Amino acid sequence: MLPLIRHEGVVIPLDRSNVDTDAIIPKQFLKSIKKSGFGPNLFDEWRYLDQGEPGEDSTLRKINPDFVLNKPQFAKGTILLARENFGCGSSREHAPWALLDYGIRIILAPSFADIFYGNCFKNGILPIAISKELTNTFFDKSQSSQGLRLLIDLENQFIIDGSDKHDFDIDAFKKYCLLEGLDDIGLTLKHSVDIKNFENNYHSQFPWLTK
Amino acid sequence: MATTLYEKIFNRHVVREDNDTYLIYIDRHLIHEVTSPQAFEGLRLANRPIWRANSILAVPDHNVPTTDRKKGILDPISKIQVETLDNNCDAYKLTQFKMDDERQGIVHVIGPEQGSTLPGMTIVCGDSHTSTHGAFGALAMGIGTSEVEHVLATQCLIVRKFKTMQINVNGVVGKHITAKDVALHIIGQIGTAGGTGYAIEFSGSAIRGLSMEGRMTLCNMAIEAGSRAGLVGVDSKTISYLKDRPFSPKEELWEQAVESWKELISDEGAAFDKVINMEASSIEPQVTWGTSPEMVCGINENIPCPEAEKKESNQKGYQRALDYMGLKESMPITDITLDKIFIGSCTNSRIEDLRAAAQVVKAKKIAKNIKLALVVPGSGLVKAQAEKEGLDKIFIDAGFEWRDPGCSMCLAMNADRLERGERCASTSNRNFEGRQGQGGRTHLVSPQMAAAAAIHGKFIDVRELE
Ligand code: SF4
Repeated sequence: MLPLIRHEGVVIPLDRSNVDTDAIIPKQFLKSIKKSGFGPNLFDEWRYLDQGEPGEDSTLRKINPDFVLNKPQFAKGTILLARENFGCGSSREHAPWALLDYGIRIILAPSFADIFYGNCFKNGILPIAISKELTNTFFDKSQSSQGLRLLIDLENQFIIDGSDKHDFDIDAFKKYCLLEGLDDIGLTLKHSVDIKNFENNYHSQFPWLTK
Repeated sequence: MATTLYEKIFNRHVVREDNDTYLIYIDRHLIHEVTSPQAFEGLRLANRPIWRANSILAVPDHNVPTTDRKKGILDPISKIQVETLDNNCDAYKLTQFKMDDERQGIVHVIGPEQGSTLPGMTIVCGDSHTSTHGAFGALAMGIGTSEVEHVLATQCLIVRKFKTMQINVNGVVGKHITAKDVALHIIGQIGTAGGTGYAIEFSGSAIRGLSMEGRMTLCNMAIEAGSRAGLVGVDSKTISYLKDRPFSPKEELWEQAVESWKELISDEGAAFDKVINMEASSIEPQVTWGTSPEMVCGINENIPCPEAEKKESNQKGYQRALDYMGLKESMPITDITLDKIFIGSCTNSRIEDLRAAAQVVKAKKIAKNIKLALVVPGSGLVKAQAEKEGLDKIFIDAGFEWRDPGCSMCLAMNADRLERGERCASTSNRNFEGRQGQGGRTHLVSPQMAAAAAIHGKFIDVRELE
């Protein structure tokens, strides 16, 4: 996994609440058996005017000029800003894969759906829950002509907006994995003996669960 | 100390704890074709074996066709995905019900049907509606593909504890009010993020009164309230449902298991982080009018006005939803005319759902404006049972199509879908934009209400149709 320590980038203001994973990556693209290549279909139904199918050359498609990703000032954005309950719906990890493939490393929103939130960390994306006031401030600022650039300092847990610093919360274990770019399977397997012992004990207590 | 059901199950699965981060042991791992290929690929690349192959039950469901299955899968990309699952299951010698197996069906229907879902278990699946299995007093939750790989390799999951919420639905529901109506009503009350971070235990006399099928419908929808895990305590209904299922324990082990399952209820006086009380008798048949399951109201109500919403961000969302749905504020729900009907999905495709819908359409015909009405049973065994009872004939005589089991038009990954602008009464669980086909418009309802809408052509209170 790609580590993330500090990240600086342009904010893409997606002014919607309850953005679901069906919207992030529609179902027809879930048929892929790979983890990469989803970027061109991120927010497919909002981003293009025609219906997307897997395997198409997306550069030949009709884009929706009103959608935020298609506005020139946000074209190079890597920080996504949205409203409440971002990432609700299906557990598809294709959603963070699509965001990452597009280049998004940070998502700022007042709240996230649980499964999506966890999935982000497994893929080197940092979702940060920020207050509603700060969300509003960032939305306002990103509308200015030069847009909004933020620096995210994961190590010290700061969002840096020019001279303003806002701290944020993050689970210590998730932070550690992200900073180091660690695969948590390797970490868990270091406890193999514990798992084996637990398993033997547990199965003697609940013998009908061995099958 | 008095303990909640969630904590009881959680505590007995803890392998290690480190600063409120827990490694918990997983009993059952359900797998389908969409969220597993990358996990198997990851295992192979890292050269890791599967920890406990017999914890796994696999089935293709999302991509499978619901007609002419003998011809195989025509869409080449779907075909590769289903074949990849077959190959992975063969290579690792996993139990799988392939597409042509009579036991094939939607993963959340077949788990309980086979007795592979048991009380007290931790159950995971790369699918958010894994919450369904919590109906059996199990801790069941949806996970992402990285976690699927993690469970394959370690039989464990890294988690933090959820907070606990108890939703008591007291009293008795009225006639034709189903678990689906109760679920939608709850989501309408607490919102789609109301349960985020919580495990929700459903209790109260109305929940005790539900059949196991109804409890599955309810727990299935817990994720639409933001909660990864819904739970219902074990009682005699749970136990009699599981008796003699293929994977259920037998003989002496059965006796032992039943003894132990009786403890799987929240203790008297156990403290929940949040408690919500509701009255069952006030719940009407529910219909969603928007693009989020919380945008819901009773059949005899009007679509709300965006201005009436307290939160400004909601007002915008409401207006956008109305535009997408092609509806106007203040319009009566009963004025909504439909194009398609879908009875199916892991929410409402079990035998009881089909019986209830068949009861409504019996000896009637679907309305002329309905272009397509589908019944997609949840599994091959549900289908066979329904045919034994003659339900297929009732549906076909009324003008429905009777299909083979799978997810079908719940998410339209196969050929079953809505065209742009088409409006559907659906017994599934998500009314998101484009969910049932790009530009399609979904109204979530119970099987009875979908059946009534098929006959009437518009939404109608099923209680009036009689
Ligand atoms: S029926 Fe629908 S919600 Fe259920 S598993 Fe299939 S796609 Fe998901």
